[in-house]
Amino acid sequence: MQAVQASLAGTVFKVLVTPGQQIAAGQEVVRLESMKMEIPVESEVAGRVIEVVVQEGAFVNEGDPLVMVEMDA
Amino acid sequence: MTDEELKAARARALAGGPARYHERLAGAGKLDVRTRLDLLLDPGYTEDGLFASALADDLAADGVVTVSGAIGGRPVVVMANDPTVKAGSWGARTVEKILRIQEQAMQLECPIFYLVDSAGARITDQVQMFPGRRGAGRIFYNEVRLSGRVPQICILFGPSAAGGAYIPAFCDVVIMVEKNASMYLGSPRMAEMVIGEKVSLEEMGGARMHCTVSGTGDLLAPDEETAIHWAQDYFAYMPDNWRTTPARAAAVEPAPVDLETLIPENQNLPFDVKQLIEGLVDRDSFFELKPLWAGEMVVGFARLEGEAVGVVANQSKVKGGVLFVDSSDKAARFVTLCDAFNIPLLFLADVPGFMIGTKVERAGIIRHGAKLVAAVSEATVPKICVVVRKAYGAGLYAMAGPAFGSDAVLALPGAQIAVMGPEAAVNAVHYNHIQELGPAERPAFVAARQAEYRADIDILRLAAELVVDELVEVGRLRRELSRRYAHYRTRERRFSERRHPVYPV
Repeated sequence: MQAVQASLAGTVFKVLVTPGQQIAAGQEVVRLESMKMEIPVESEVAGRVIEVVVQEGAFVNEGDPLVMVEMDA
Repeated sequence: MTDEELKAARARALAGGPARYHERLAGAGKLDVRTRLDLLLDPGYTEDGLFASALADDLAADGVVTVSGAIGGRPVVVMANDPTVKAGSWGARTVEKILRIQEQAMQLECPIFYLVDSAGARITDQVQMFPGRRGAGRIFYNEVRLSGRVPQICILFGPSAAGGAYIPAFCDVVIMVEKNASMYLGSPRMAEMVIGEKVSLEEMGGARMHCTVSGTGDLLAPDEETAIHWAQDYFAYMPDNWRTTPARAAAVEPAPVDLETLIPENQNLPFDVKQLIEGLVDRDSFFELKPLWAGEMVVGFARLEGEAVGVVANQSKVKGGVLFVDSSDKAARFVTLCDAFNIPLLFLADVPGFMIGTKVERAGIIRHGAKLVAAVSEATVPKICVVVRKAYGAGLYAMAGPAFGSDAVLALPGAQIAVMGPEAAVNAVHYNHIQELGPAERPAFVAARQAEYRADIDILRLAAELVVDELVEVGRLRRELSRRYAHYRTRERRFSERRHPVYPV
């Protein structure tokens, strides 16, 4: 299992995936809001979303896990 | 010695190490040292020290080939480790040969290439090759003396271990071959013995790690041929030395990019600044450095109507284009490189500012940002800042804003320049009042104050106050830039009289 991590400190603006969803490598899974910018956060791997760890509006620090993904074999 | 004996000795030296090591090279996707040189250089070069350690059985050329040749007719010198001779390790003659080829680069003021593939020092020879006046340390001393005087280009084909790792570190650019190249002070085996850490070679100092995490590598090449081609492409943007300018190329129209629709009106939405660069510069001329590291800042060479230019651009698509510790380092180094070798600078500013928060403060964002501001200040090549969308706070300073000796600061019509953006500013100024208001009144009040603030920093207002020198539609930008660079070419290059600044490192 792999965590998609926050690329920088900010608040969770939108969660774009739900548990069980199949996602592609490079797909945007969360949009953060930081420094008055919307920051897309993409999954590096293709796989299935196991868990969304954060809620919209929550503060996350750089490196915090956002979404857990089970990589395609 | 007879002619026949000489012929035999030369054949032995040219053969390099034992056949089994040559076979191993091929298995690892590696080329022979002389094939590497043939690919890099024009045909016909001269070699010194071929007979170094010729009286020993197994030390052909003492493991390093040093030559004077040319690339595209331009004189260069090269040192190239031979990994088939004691794994490219350094003995006393190896070090002496490297020193001499560096000294030649200094005498001729010609570029030097380092083709590195070396296990490091031969411990058995350490007294002769490590500590003395002409020991290995002198290689790095020479590199520092050469730095900024002539281009120093490193291609890393294999390991660059321990002290040897400083050869790439002092070069202007480091091209690493994926899977084979590595740099580390202590090997995984040593790390396990000395500090108890168990890691793989790739994790410790692999090519991908250095090109994506540490930032010590510039370009990650899929194979040796590509690495050599990239070195030649890079070299085309370099002058021969600090006294000269890069050769111009034929002017080419840019790639077809719809610039009018590329940039979102909403300041907060990301777009791909590389598309903007492609739409401005000569087609296929953009040569990006460190593309896999600190992507919120894009740096690279390009050509504007045939003339070389160094581009520094904020990438809103990655981390919002906010400046971080690594992106500051990346841009500072690139600005220094361009300034050293007379390559004019183009800053494309779309920057919300330097990152804030505990994480970056603890990482020293202030001193890292100061490095970038210092490099931009000291750069005396022609420099133009274009405010593409926004330049907030010290971001304006880092991107060569009006106070930093830029020849011109231009702005696109939608640009905003301010201490901070409207949202943050209204919140900062009216915080108490906003808190006192009821939830029903709040949005209208905030929207009204933001509108006032936007009007206050409207780009026409800033042009009226002579903060920016000219307003330009994006479709006119290319023409405007090349006219201006042609005009600024004879710019005064002195900055300040002293030994050197106290670098904010």
